[in-house]
Amino acid sequence: MSDKNILAVAALQNGTVIDHIPTELVFDVVRLLGIEDLDSSVTIGFNLDSKKLGKKGILKVADVFFPDETLNRLAIVAPNVNVNIINDYKVVKKFKVTLPDEIKGIVRCNNVKCITNNEPMTTHFHVVDKDKVIIRCHYCERSIEKNEIELQ
Amino acid sequence: MQNNSLVSISDFTKDEMLELLEDMKYFEANPNRRLLEGKVVATLFFEPSTRTRLSFETAVNRLGGRIIGFSDASTTSSSKGETLKDTIMMVNNYVDLIIMRHYLEGAARYASEVSRVPIINAGDGANQHPSQTMLDLYSIYKTQGTLRDLTITMVGDLKYGRTVHSLLMAMSYFNPKFNFVACDELKMPQEYKDFCDEHGIAYTETRDFSPEVINSSDIIYMTRVQRERFTDLMEYERVKNIYNLHNSMLDNSKDNVRILHPLPRVGEISQDVDSNPKAYYFQQAQNGLYARQAIICKVLGIDVKSLRENER
Repeated sequence: MSDKNILAVAALQNGTVIDHIPTELVFDVVRLLGIEDLDSSVTIGFNLDSKKLGKKGILKVADVFFPDETLNRLAIVAPNVNVNIINDYKVVKKFKVTLPDEIKGIVRCNNVKCITNNEPMTTHFHVVDKDKVIIRCHYCERSIEKNEIELQ
Repeated sequence: MQNNSLVSISDFTKDEMLELLEDMKYFEANPNRRLLEGKVVATLFFEPSTRTRLSFETAVNRLGGRIIGFSDASTTSSSKGETLKDTIMMVNNYVDLIIMRHYLEGAARYASEVSRVPIINAGDGANQHPSQTMLDLYSIYKTQGTLRDLTITMVGDLKYGRTVHSLLMAMSYFNPKFNFVACDELKMPQEYKDFCDEHGIAYTETRDFSPEVINSSDIIYMTRVQRERFTDLMEYERVKNIYNLHNSMLDNSKDNVRILHPLPRVGEISQDVDSNPKAYYFQQAQNGLYARQAIICKVLGIDVKSLRENER
């Protein structure tokens, strides 16, 4: 990470910074974290230059520390994002999100004949391959690959 | 498994499947046992399937139980927009067991999560149909004397045909060798071939229903190319008649080979095969009765094993 980026991160006094978001996924990440419903100040960076990704997105959320479960949802769409936890201008924790074993809600089954698309109920998926990001619907048992995953 | 329901063949362990085969043998010898005396069973067929429904209802009747239900959802409140959950919550107040078939995939799993009484899945769309798998296993076991080390050739619709997928999973415990015979549009999905690779199961994949394939087989499992599984009817018309079995094709086949088919057949097996002793599809359908008797007892916790042992 360049000095400039560390500075940008450090500019937050307390909160959470999500970095290295593929730029086209920024708004998916916003949605997965429920940013719309927050009261705290949020900075959304879009189309920023990045050595690794070309263009990247970044999200700085002041005074909010998300549960790991919420953060790990991000791995469904963006498995390589970095999370930085900021306390008193310092990065106190830094990690990559990891896919959970199960996903409830959030994702829609892309089988139109699946019961979850025809009944008011929560979707449920088992993660069958964390590296390739392949999930399987608990109900219709269809496997869904990363590029076919649709959020609800 | 919640409340002992049977949704998918993978709900059973290998040992449970082997026990069920013994139970089926028992029911074949003793089809009328009043083990369901005083019990009421619902058959909820949101999608019509005469064969499966009659087989389940015969099983309940021969076990001395009573039946309520419907065979066509258009006459029920689900046609008024009632949710599946509400239908199940209502029916499970009345009965000891629900046997259901539904056109939506995953419907039985969901029903098993909301129901207080066990659910038996009698088919959910293109997904699972575990009683069919049990009767297929029993047919193989009975005709071959074993489930081990058999060469099983699957022909026709290997893409949408749920019976072949479930049979493949169930046979994986018994060191099988598979031949998959299908055209490109209907070939075995990659995930099942990956499953074979992961479990060290040998398979061949051909488009040709050749004498070599036929003559090496212990079981030939024919399937119907089902129009209702196609979104593109042009594709259906193109592929429906490619894999048909005629009696002369069996001239040099093994003595022990048996032809299975989940039925109904359309043109996949010509009528001249019916009188060949290697044809087994009608007896296979009969085995469905014993499979369903065994499964019903298992999900209701009725101990057929002790019964078997006491009567020996």
